[in-house]
Amino acid sequence: MREVVGAARGQAYNRGMVTELGHFALILALFVALIQTIVPLVGAHKRWPGWMAVAEPAANAQFLLVAFSFAALTHAFVTSDFTLRLVVENSHSLKPMLYKVTGVWGNHEGSMLLWILILALFGASAAWFGGALPPALRARVLAVQGGIGLAFLAFLLFTSNPFLRMAMPPLDGRDLNPLLQDPGLAFHPPFLYLGYVGLSMAFSFAVAALIEGRVDAAWGRWVRPWTLAAWIFLTIGIALGSWWAYYELGWGGFWFWDPVENASFMPWLIAAALLHSAIVVEKRESLKSWTILLAIVAFGFSLIGAFITRSGIITSVHAFATDPERGVFLLAITALFMGGALTLFAARAEVLSSKGVFAMLSRESLLVLNNILLAVAAFVVFVGTIWPLVSELLFDRKLSVGEPFFNLAFTPFFVALGAALPIGAMMPWKRAKAGRVLRKLLPAAVLAIAVLALVYALQTGRSALGPVGLMLATWLVVGALTDLWARKGNSPLSRLLRLQRSDYGRVIAHAGLGVTIAGIAGLLAWQSEDIRVMQEGESLTLAGYDITLQSVERVQGPNYISTTGQVLLSRNGQNIATLTPEKRFYPVARMPTTEAGIDNGFLRDVYVVIGDPQDGGGWAFRSYVKPLANWIWGGAILMALGGAFSLSDRRYRVAAGARKTNVQGVPAE
Amino acid sequence: MKDLLRQMGRAAVLAILLGMTLAPQSALAVQPDEILDDPVLEQRARDLSKGLRCLVCRNENIDDSNAELARDLRLLVRERLVAGDTDDEAIDFITDRYGEYVLLNPRTGGSNWVLWAAGPVMLITGLGIGLIYLRRRSRATETALSQDEEARLKEILDR
Repeated sequence: MREVVGAARGQAYNRGMVTELGHFALILALFVALIQTIVPLVGAHKRWPGWMAVAEPAANAQFLLVAFSFAALTHAFVTSDFTLRLVVENSHSLKPMLYKVTGVWGNHEGSMLLWILILALFGASAAWFGGALPPALRARVLAVQGGIGLAFLAFLLFTSNPFLRMAMPPLDGRDLNPLLQDPGLAFHPPFLYLGYVGLSMAFSFAVAALIEGRVDAAWGRWVRPWTLAAWIFLTIGIALGSWWAYYELGWGGFWFWDPVENASFMPWLIAAALLHSAIVVEKRESLKSWTILLAIVAFGFSLIGAFITRSGIITSVHAFATDPERGVFLLAITALFMGGALTLFAARAEVLSSKGVFAMLSRESLLVLNNILLAVAAFVVFVGTIWPLVSELLFDRKLSVGEPFFNLAFTPFFVALGAALPIGAMMPWKRAKAGRVLRKLLPAAVLAIAVLALVYALQTGRSALGPVGLMLATWLVVGALTDLWARKGNSPLSRLLRLQRSDYGRVIAHAGLGVTIAGIAGLLAWQSEDIRVMQEGESLTLAGYDITLQSVERVQGPNYISTTGQVLLSRNGQNIATLTPEKRFYPVARMPTTEAGIDNGFLRDVYVVIGDPQDGGGWAFRSYVKPLANWIWGGAILMALGGAFSLSDRRYRVAAGARKTNVQGVPAE
Repeated sequence: MKDLLRQMGRAAVLAILLGMTLAPQSALAVQPDEILDDPVLEQRARDLSKGLRCLVCRNENIDDSNAELARDLRLLVRERLVAGDTDDEAIDFITDRYGEYVLLNPRTGGSNWVLWAAGPVMLITGLGIGLIYLRRRSRATETALSQDEEARLKEILDR
């Protein structure tokens, strides 16, 4: 008996040990980051190779320390160590293992630690893959990366320490917010952070280049893969969040123009602009200072995003007062990095002169248009997001800026972007003849207009959204295919297989944008809805589908109680599927959630939700038929896939893996 | 009760953190018993509801919201329409009571012109600067790469 108690005590002791070591590793990481920031910067300035060389081991050490700290926190969650305050507030011993793990980042402190872990990972991968970079540039990039790490480690340790203990550990935790106990949302933050933080690499490259005073084609080639990777992750992260909202919130909304969503959308738009302008730097040695500015601003929006989501100031000015420390700290970090980088930019921008010469009509000029439209679109989202705050502070006018504003103010820029896109993608560099490009695109244009006419004639109602959306989508998708076809030229079909991967990447991503636009337009224009009280055994008909609520049962889940409906979906007497919409109640968190029953289809989703029991018997019941819903996320997947194709293109692999070739080429010294 | 409030506060903070809307509370958006018998009036009520903010939520309209207060507002909108108000009268009635804050589509008057003009003004500025830049690039003469740059570029591209 005594041995058993002793063993248990020993186990608790070990557990405590791991946590303390994790805490210690985090503090140590702060000091390593300090070294990583200062030593290589001084070394690069003084041309001392030894000091510059510190950057690489420091970046590795920082990554390992933060990774250990993160692992220790995960360990505390997995073993339900309720001596940690964070675990008590966000976990429960009965929670499924998956959500014990994802609970680590389902809260402010843990998610900040994940943010820093990813930052350190990017820093370390710049050390791993940066072999081709000139030593001074590499040292400076890693130093800037270290500086960002330093700022956020200080933020974490001083205002949001995840390793705080409870004086009186409770027997069990308070459970993670049930809304977050979902696979879609569990992986939404990591992808989003990979995107946000990935943009720090573009920022570090920009600042390093400004310090050096040199931006050339090689710089464009080095910075693009990092931006591309960040943009891919942002795309996936945003799509996951939107998909989650679609199936979890109970009515199938997928985008709300909420400040927090906008916080992720602005960096996405700027990163998209940066991706395109970096091509001009790489291929044409032009648009240099603009590209540097975009790289700075893209990460700036990531920082602003962190500030918006974590201070709560935009959501409510008063939330700021409840936790001013974090907000002020984050604002200071944003001001420091943006102020510093922009000052440096102002001082150095003039040395970044353009080299390439091109005509008013050329691929370059269309890429400039792309950048203007994307930047203005991001600016509109930014102004709309902060306007309630500005208006209240400056004009004492308390107001809201919501979906109707953004739909009206944002959409035109994106429509213009979509209209110009296929033309720009096919323009030759330097000098273009409009007639030649437009002739090639004539079939796409004819098809797009045919779709407009057909859809307008077929639809009931007079909405312009559906026809125009599908026209634009057709123009983009067929335009992308035309682009691919034109690459082939007059050569045989097999030439298509030997195209560069970046060509495929471009075509797939551009077509993906078209698919997403089709999905949004279809869903918003032609959704059908039915809200009623349903008894067991009752049926309804919606948009040609017969929906029968066969039965309603009570089901006990691992940490919730569920009211589950059995819903038969059929059409013309043919059974299609049985859907099981649920209403769940999580007793520990005392929160209900809805789990919609969805029959996913290529052309439509059928979406049913069961609500509260009604006084006169039966349940509140909502059903929807949502045309083209899946195209929204299908398009996002295509965009990410296209990005991945471009990322794997030979010239980036060569730029990244150059060190290996070097090692082979030069015998050991 | 206090505990519940704290829970809700925590849920709100989490939701804010992770980019999501407030947790469903009890009801679920538009309820069957709210729906008006007259489909035309009901459709007008739905359209109006989509432009009105649920006061206790984050940027969520009352049509989608699950909050009790949103339900009260939905019922109020329907009451006004049944009483014979036009859309504008119903909106005015609600903004008189709850202030401009309730409108998701901000008005154009007063200081809000900045908000509405921001996009177009920025577009014109951007296009202007872009045009100046393009004109300059189209008239410039190609500067040859310096020898140093040539060598560097060759080194990179040959790898």
